[in-house]
Amino acid sequence: MVTLKTQIIGTWTLLKKELLRFWRVAFQTVAAPVITGILYLLIFSHVLDSRLEVYEGVPYAAFLIPGLIMMSLLQNAFSNSSSSLIQAKVMGNIVFLLLTPLSYLQLFFAFLAASIVRGIFVGFCIYLIAITYIDLPIEHPWFLFLFALLGGGLMGAFGIIAGVWCDRFDQMAAFGNFVIMPLSMLSGVFYSIHSLPVSWQGVSQLNPFFYMIDGFRFGFFGQSDVSPYFSLGVVALFFIVLSFFTIRMLKSGFKLRN
Amino acid sequence: MKPAIVYKNVKKNYGSVKAVNGISLSIPQGEFFGLLGPNGAGKSTMINMLGGLATPSSGKIDVMGRDVQKDYQEARHSVGIVPQELVFDPFFNVREMLRFQAGYFGKGKENDKWVDEVIDRLDLRDKANTNMRALSGGMKRRALIAQALVHRPPVIVLDEPTAGVDVELRQKLWSFIKDLNKEGHTIVLTTHYLEEAEALCNSVAMLRLGKIVALDTTRNLLKKFSTKNLMLRLNFMAKKALPQSVKNFSYVESDGAFIFQLKKITDIAEITEALKKSKIEIIDMQTVDTDLENVFLKLTGAK
Repeated sequence: MVTLKTQIIGTWTLLKKELLRFWRVAFQTVAAPVITGILYLLIFSHVLDSRLEVYEGVPYAAFLIPGLIMMSLLQNAFSNSSSSLIQAKVMGNIVFLLLTPLSYLQLFFAFLAASIVRGIFVGFCIYLIAITYIDLPIEHPWFLFLFALLGGGLMGAFGIIAGVWCDRFDQMAAFGNFVIMPLSMLSGVFYSIHSLPVSWQGVSQLNPFFYMIDGFRFGFFGQSDVSPYFSLGVVALFFIVLSFFTIRMLKSGFKLRN
Repeated sequence: MKPAIVYKNVKKNYGSVKAVNGISLSIPQGEFFGLLGPNGAGKSTMINMLGGLATPSSGKIDVMGRDVQKDYQEARHSVGIVPQELVFDPFFNVREMLRFQAGYFGKGKENDKWVDEVIDRLDLRDKANTNMRALSGGMKRRALIAQALVHRPPVIVLDEPTAGVDVELRQKLWSFIKDLNKEGHTIVLTTHYLEEAEALCNSVAMLRLGKIVALDTTRNLLKKFSTKNLMLRLNFMAKKALPQSVKNFSYVESDGAFIFQLKKITDIAEITEALKKSKIEIIDMQTVDTDLENVFLKLTGAK
């Protein structure tokens, strides 16, 4: 019989399985993105640290860290749900989930939570390594927490959409290379949008990644390109819209139950 | 007692293809039921709709009195489905995978004992801590069956469970499934091995082009379509010299033998007597009973 207890156990089991899944291949899912993030940091800070000061009193290397943390967090949150779903679909073992009484909401929460955990874990590892040699203040910890949570959730939901929609690995690769990568690279990780021409500033402000990174950076330095409250609103709105869309998609059984 | 499974005028269309075309069927609890038919008959589609892997275009399906769409969570608790394809999760070992599967159904640690029992009964103990990738095809098949059983469903559906499985394992699987049936589980089976269906199933539905062409107990079907045949191998003179009294019987020639369709058992004596009178020597003689395969071929028009 279905009770609240069986539903909690069901959701927790799927979450645990998703967490174990990425942990089993932590070399690929954690170590690799952490090393990539640190390499970005080493190279860009070495080349530009003495030449650039984006925010007053903030060295460029320190300016770079929040963006790199958030970029890795977002990319890994996306990867977790999307890769899990596309693998399960291609391998055929998605039936083990679809035959269970897990509801679309349970599936959504479990995949989303696992994505957030992986994203935050990777981001936190980069943070820990970075602060061993660069001073990084934390001015507004609640902003850090909220942007990490909402950013990870937003990308986790986007990953579910991509995982459900894609039928092949090359389609998923296209999602990563042509959507996620450009949006994250052009989001102000390496620069302030005030350094861009006005027209490109406008384009950047259409990129939701920009708000996630700018707001997250505010949590560290108390400085940002746009109001952190506005960024928080934009990110929360995107999260709600994407979550709604994802839940509708899971409920309809689109590409899963036919 | 409510039926284990009820299909009420169920249809499933894929574009213009009518995979299931208005099937109504009720399977009582405790039954060992066979779903037979050639490829593309609609067997797997029926099972997929039962498990929620596909949605019916129209009609209604109940499992243990629960609608598989409106009350899907309760319905799925009542059914364990063994899929046809050898699918597996490459990240986990057998025991982990079974515990996860039980967990999805809300079963906690208290169920671990049953998981271990399923592992033992399917001879998976030596492989319980082996990654799924490293298992042989037969072992993967056992693990798939175990996965369908971990939440103790009253209804167990096996979609071609012995496809590609060696004889020894097949016997073990059937012995296990028969035990489950004796314990009160309703078993639904699709198979291409008709002798298996004949040996195991109390009743069968035969499908063709998404429709049921026969639905009855296995015994009744065999009885209804039963014909006893007499196969004779005769000396080389027979073809020309077959007496008219023998030619009056319905017969066919196949692979050098004459196969007579008998209406009554005394026909054997009449035929052999007539041949003796005509001095035609009988080299070999055999009677052949109708089996489910003959019924299946007649009803589905398969060759």
